[in-house]
Parts: sequence; structure tokens; C-alpha cells
Amino acid sequence: MKGSLTIVAFFALGIACGLWHWLPDWNWSDLGFYTLCALLFCVGFSVGGNGELLRSFKRLDRRLMLIPLMTITGTLAGSAFIAFALPHRSLNDCLAVGSGFGYYSLSSILITQYQGAELGTVALLANVVREIFTLLGAPLLVRFFGPLAPISLGGATTMDTTLPVITRYSGRVFVLLSLMHGFVVDFSVPFLVTLFCSL
Amino acid sequence: MFWIVAIMLGGMGTGWMLRGRFTKDVGKAINVLIWLLLFLLGVEVGCNQRIIDGIATLGLEALLLAVAGCAGSALLAWVLWWWSRRTKGGAS
Repeated sequence: MKGSLTIVAFFALGIACGLWHWLPDWNWSDLGFYTLCALLFCVGFSVGGNGELLRSFKRLDRRLMLIPLMTITGTLAGSAFIAFALPHRSLNDCLAVGSGFGYYSLSSILITQYQGAELGTVALLANVVREIFTLLGAPLLVRFFGPLAPISLGGATTMDTTLPVITRYSGRVFVLLSLMHGFVVDFSVPFLVTLFCSL
Repeated sequence: MFWIVAIMLGGMGTGWMLRGRFTKDVGKAINVLIWLLLFLLGVEVGCNQRIIDGIATLGLEALLLAVAGCAGSALLAWVLWWWSRRTKGGAS
């Protein structure tokens, strides 16, 4: 929660700087691209260096391992549905925003690179809201949709920011599943977002 | 798209070879890079009059997409849970 507030604070500070021209004129989008490359390298690094995460795959019930697929299919179906309600957004735009799976930083940045800052902002807000829903709604989700629901809602964040609430409300048995889910969905974000942006 | 995947795989390979060393530093670096990137996204948004004028609409769109995405994934998570409970072999 503190993490998402910090994120929003930096975003708001950026808006203020842009709005009131506090920054010197410079090629800021180039800097954005190189920073993004560095970020992707670091994300890959942290996944590759985490042997425990890779090994946790092998100790799981095969069927529950379908949960990332459920998350991805369910989110994309919901997003596609919204594309009908928003006539000025294409289906691919909605799917790209949905493909953030709560990973607001990476998805909004990628979408900004490919489709511009307007859709990037939608992606940021939509995915921040998704994480907040997971953090605040976990107890209700468990009650109405079972212990897998907070994991599914958490999307790409279930191996870091939403892991504590999942452990708390779904139960400790789901920690490894949650890590595995976060790992798979996390990894799918750059692929799916770029895919839907380039279609 | 090729570069995105290549850079990420390169990172994975490097991380794997170093076997979890520097993980803490990389975690910190990720945080700082994310802050920087969102700051830059904010700058781009702030400079763009069209987005500033439409921020309420964009927020509503974002909310709709978030609710729909969450509903879809919660529903399918429930289906999977129901299926695993029905026959033996669930996680609990």
C-alpha cells in the first residue's frame, strides 16, 4: 500500500512538473526508453536469480497451476467486454490495459511507449485500482469466490506487494502458488502488452 | 518487441549465473527506476493538454477496465477452485 502511494506521488509530481513547466526542455522520452530497458533487465535479473521461485513450480498440485491461465483469460474477457462500452477505444487498447494485471508501472510505461501517454495513463490508473481492490478486498473475495480469487485479482503483484494479504486471507498453503502465479503473470505482462499494442 | 524480450532474457541469464547475488541491490534499483519512469510518465501527461482536459474521463475508463478485469479473473478463479474441490487433490 505504501508502495503504491509512493508510485502515485511520483506520478503526481511528474504531472505538476509538466503542467507548470518546472523542467528544462529536454528529450525526456528518450530517457524514458533507456530507463525502461534498464528496468526490464533488472526485472529479468531478479527472476533469474531467485532459485527458490523456479524450484517452487515442481511442488504444486498440477490443476491449481492453471490459476495464471484463469487470471489471464478472465481479465482479458472482462477487458474485451468493456471495449463494447467504450466505442472510442479499440479492442486491442482495452486488452493492452487489461494485460497490465496490476503491474501498473511496467504496463503503463510500455503502453506509453507504444500508444502514447493518454492510454498509458488509463493503464496506470486501471492497474493501480486493481492492486488496491486486491489489497482491500481480499477478505471478501475469499468469502465469495474462494481462496484463489485474491491470487487471481492480484495478477502480477502476487509475488510481492499483495503476497502478505494473500497469505493472511487465503492461507499459508497458497504462498507458493501465489509466488508461481505472480512469476508467470509478471512474465506475461511485457509480452501481452507489446502484443496487443502492435496488433 | 524483440528488444524488450531480449533485454529481459539477458537479465534472467545474468541473474541466474550470479545465483541470487546482488538481489537486494537490484530490488532497490527496480524501485528507483520505477519511480523515475512514473515521474517521466507524469511529466508527459502534464505537458499534454489533451490528457489534462480529459483526466476525469480517463479515470472513469480506467475504473471500468479495472472492475471488469477483476470480475472476470475472480469468476474464473472461483471456477477453478470449485473444480479442484469437487474432485480430490486441492491445495488444502
